[in-house]
Amino acid sequence: MTVTIALSCVAVLLALAALAPAMRGSPAATPIVYSVALVASVVSTLAALGHLVGASAPASVTLPLGLPWLGAHFRVDALSAFFLFVVGLGAGAASLFALGYGRHEQAPMRVLPFYSAFLAGMNLVVLADDAFTFLVSWEFMSLSSWALVMAHHRERDNAHAGYVYLVMASFGTLALLLAFGLLAGADGGYAFAQIRAEAHAPALAGLVLMLVLVGAGSKAGLLPLHVWLPLAHPAAPSHVSALMSGVMTKVAVYGFVRIVFDLLGEPAWWWSMVVLALGGITAVMGVLYALMQHDLKRLLAYHTVENIGIIFIGLGLALAFKAHGMAFAAALALSAGLLHVFNHSVFKGLLFFGAGAVLTATGERDMEHLGGLIHRMPQTAFVFLVGCAAISALPPLNGFVSEWLTFQAILLSPQLPSWGLKFLVPAVGALLALSAALAAACFVKAFGVTFLGRARTTAAERAQETDRFSLAAMFFFAALCLVAGILPGAFIDALAPVAQSLVGGRMPVQSGVEWLSIVPIAESRSSYNGLLVFLFMVVSGTLAAFAIHRLASDKLRRAPAWDCGYPDASPATQYTADSFAQPIRRVFGTVVFRARERVEMPPPGDMRPARLTVEVHDLIWDALYAPIAGWVAFAADRLNKLQFLTVRQFLSLVFAALVILLLVLAIWQ
Amino acid sequence: MRGLAFDVAHLLAGSLVLLSFMQLYQDRLYALLNIFALHALVLALSVAWQAYIQDASHLYVTAGIALIFKAIVIPVALHRIIVRLGIHREIETVVGVGPAMLLGMGLVALSMVLMLRVTPEADPLAREDLAFALSVVLLGLLMMVTRRNAVSQVVGFMSLENGLVLAATGAKGMPLVVEISVAFSILIAFIVIGIFLFRIRERFDTVDVHALDRFRGEQS
Amino acid sequence: MITDLAVQGAQMLLVLLFAPLLTGLVRKVKAQLLRRQGPPVLQPYRELARLMRKEVVLAENASWLFRVNPYLIFAATWVAASLVPTFGTGLMFSWSADLIAIIALLGSARFFLALAGLDVGTSFGGIGSSREVMIASLAEPAMLMIVFTLALVVGSTQLSTMAGVLLSSEVGLRVSLGLALISLIMVAIAENARIPVDNPATHLELTMVHEAMVLEYSGRHLALIELSASLKLLLYISLIACLFAPWGLARPGAEPVALAIGIASYAGKLAVGALLLAFFETAIAKMRVFRVPEFLGAALMLGLLATLLLFVSKSL
Repeated sequence: MTVTIALSCVAVLLALAALAPAMRGSPAATPIVYSVALVASVVSTLAALGHLVGASAPASVTLPLGLPWLGAHFRVDALSAFFLFVVGLGAGAASLFALGYGRHEQAPMRVLPFYSAFLAGMNLVVLADDAFTFLVSWEFMSLSSWALVMAHHRERDNAHAGYVYLVMASFGTLALLLAFGLLAGADGGYAFAQIRAEAHAPALAGLVLMLVLVGAGSKAGLLPLHVWLPLAHPAAPSHVSALMSGVMTKVAVYGFVRIVFDLLGEPAWWWSMVVLALGGITAVMGVLYALMQHDLKRLLAYHTVENIGIIFIGLGLALAFKAHGMAFAAALALSAGLLHVFNHSVFKGLLFFGAGAVLTATGERDMEHLGGLIHRMPQTAFVFLVGCAAISALPPLNGFVSEWLTFQAILLSPQLPSWGLKFLVPAVGALLALSAALAAACFVKAFGVTFLGRARTTAAERAQETDRFSLAAMFFFAALCLVAGILPGAFIDALAPVAQSLVGGRMPVQSGVEWLSIVPIAESRSSYNGLLVFLFMVVSGTLAAFAIHRLASDKLRRAPAWDCGYPDASPATQYTADSFAQPIRRVFGTVVFRARERVEMPPPGDMRPARLTVEVHDLIWDALYAPIAGWVAFAADRLNKLQFLTVRQFLSLVFAALVILLLVLAIWQ
Repeated sequence: MRGLAFDVAHLLAGSLVLLSFMQLYQDRLYALLNIFALHALVLALSVAWQAYIQDASHLYVTAGIALIFKAIVIPVALHRIIVRLGIHREIETVVGVGPAMLLGMGLVALSMVLMLRVTPEADPLAREDLAFALSVVLLGLLMMVTRRNAVSQVVGFMSLENGLVLAATGAKGMPLVVEISVAFSILIAFIVIGIFLFRIRERFDTVDVHALDRFRGEQS
Repeated sequence: MITDLAVQGAQMLLVLLFAPLLTGLVRKVKAQLLRRQGPPVLQPYRELARLMRKEVVLAENASWLFRVNPYLIFAATWVAASLVPTFGTGLMFSWSADLIAIIALLGSARFFLALAGLDVGTSFGGIGSSREVMIASLAEPAMLMIVFTLALVVGSTQLSTMAGVLLSSEVGLRVSLGLALISLIMVAIAENARIPVDNPATHLELTMVHEAMVLEYSGRHLALIELSASLKLLLYISLIACLFAPWGLARPGAEPVALAIGIASYAGKLAVGALLLAFFETAIAKMRVFRVPEFLGAALMLGLLATLLLFVSKSL
């Protein structure tokens, strides 16, 4: 039932993609496409939610599409229902946002058809039940998002971003293709049910894990395969950036979970160590990269990398517990990771929507040209603040809940007998704590420099509030952040069927706990009540305000800023994004980015200005990608000579190839 | 097994590791000497406690040697030598403080893994004390390797030797402990005298640290 | 039920009442150590009363966030302080927020304070905020490592449970707890902006972190922020007292005599903590700003070492 609903929504989206070019030139094209996409997403979200909450049995359907002897299998079980819900929620909110934002699009036909295709592709990946359908949908999703990245192809960096994205996406799909090839087995059965039933040799399973980490990990944004993310995500239109960061990376996480937890069977002892190590490093490096940025969207994209690291830490812990047979702890770790999947899609979507609103209002993405927007765009500023607070894991919002659950899972890990894990898990815990603290710093910077202070350019001075649809989408997500933070028990219970099917255990039932607290392990051990904390804070704050205003004073007057007696009229004297990040750059960046500050001071009498230059190197790009690009260019140069041969030389090449193949055949027989 | 004896022995051994980390953290010579004096004092206390719970009175002699010689005589002597020879009082490091602490953490982890895996049937108190002792030895070596200043290298060597004494007294029934500690102390005395005789000789060439100090600019 | 509610309410009032007294005591002892008379111990109460009655002077471009911030910061800090056991371990709402949540609440107070520094758009606020987030980026992980250590020893992250277990004699002296104590003291100094990390009595640009962020606040807003800072100091001293010196804490459901003993011992612990803090601040000079990351890095390493020891062996 759910499968048919989901597939029909996908069909509607595909039809929309096909029909959109027919509406070229009509001003109604944008509202029509986005409204239909919104309705389709809402329907699919509700269907998935119903399946998940009702804990229905998995349902599958086989359509006679694709390869004739294989068909196309589609299935909805607890895991795919959850991810279908996440995809639908993000897609619906993005479509709502785009109803307002899309009006400013210069060339709508470069965006609209590919947008519906992108939504359809993401849904299909989650629904796929055999390797062929999965890979085709994966490629379809990549290509449609590539087209969206290239929508504004005349801007300088976008073409480069699109190119890098295409190369990395193809590389990732190749890795996944190889992984599925290894999984398919002797008789070549590609359906997931057949793969699940087969017992895989440990060496093979290990190789598949590494290939999946490369393939799905590069799409999700694991280090060192993350380089396309901060180029491509900002290049796309803002609602698409929100989808790519908030939803497409989660589809990649779905691919990882599906293959590693479901299809590969029992994990080996060393798998979790690789995943944990990668997750921890990704989390810290992602947020350090984000702190160095002053382009708002690029900062948000790098920050997605950090959150993917946190999700993989949760998944790594779940793998570790599963490998040692501790189903209860594995369920806790898995629920923490999946809850973070949901939370991140909500607040990252919200933040990208805010960045999009700022972009349309001011035309600027660079924080150093903004400032003071809280006065010009108060509602956008408010919801952006809620998003910043949520992503910094501040109670009582939702980011804190998933982080708290991950910490509880880490506190269960001394029971793991493996020595490697005994050293790795505390180190990863320290990295997680470090990344959380740095994330708060990053978002103080993002919100403070963009919205607070004084306007640095005329564009920022003249900004106007965004339209109703964009605000509606943002307020919806902000409300969801608060609800998920106050009532996390419902969300944890909804994830129970997923944990049960993947690791064979589940967290305690949260719906019966008094006062709506959550108890991840046992009452005596730890509990958290978001609602009470929220109420406490509201009550004490209002009590204090009321008491002071009644009993003491409520007078107020405005005056110029104090600034220690030396106020400076120029807004250029306030802190910029780079100067805000300077202490952290000096502490962490000298090692991680080889950050150097150089001061060129001209001699006295010389009229030239002094110059301060900050050099930041992306060591991963310099060490890994630049050499590979160099070798490829070198090889391409050499092979270029093949272009200029005579006819006789081409014929001799063909002749040589034929002779060699015949020789091989002769020897092999 | 689990009781006050266990806990106090562990506490003292752990304090020794903590003080080794604090030595790595220092960047001024006088502070380093003070921490080293504290290091030797805690070693003396730890050896005395082991003497008490193992009922081995010859260990009190070792504790006395550690207290008098290493906690009092050597730091005072080094202090006076530093003043007399005008030795550079800021410690230059090869690796920064941060990376040095991280390396130290790694070494402690290594010694924990090693000791606890290699000795699964031994008495838990002795095993964990040995693990701490190996950590102190490795941290002392780290200090010698990452410092350019001669005095700090000598301090590193002496804290390494403290770790060895801790290991020797932690393992019950080790023979010749007192003799070993006396021999080590004489070795150290010769090293200290030797290094500084060499430095005094050097001083008559023009390697006068005071002269260099005057031309040294701002160091970041 | 009623008695539990009364105990929780009493705790909330007690922390509010004792916080300015603690600050006054620290200042008095510091002054006496410097051979000055010093302000009276009750002076902070008079300062708060004076500030509350004054008119707020707001910068022309300060936003609504600037005005709401002091109440947000105060609410977060007060809620956190109410959940740390001071005289008794039976706090009624202690199960609603464990130690990790308390630290996160203090983190949100700091988040909004840093935003306030950036709000008016002066360079002083920027200095304070950027340095504060740098200090926080190392202090918070160190604090979380300490929480891990304690949670692994006790088997729970609830503060009341922790205090109860540490009060009973089954834990004993352990290396990891010793390392955690030292790390906690270092983090407490950094988080409360005391010497050697920050000088609470300075207004020189090169030396201030916390004071720089609140430079533009005046009147009742400044009063609330000063009160929050005092509350935070009280919270940290109470935390150290309840975890590492838990003697005298009343058990849940105790009679009034035990509660009275608890309050008396708590006042004693606060006085001792204030004395020690004052001695320490007078004896040490303030560090350069870029030595602070090394200081806090050392605290983080100690916390990590303590956690590592507990992962490796249950008896350490």
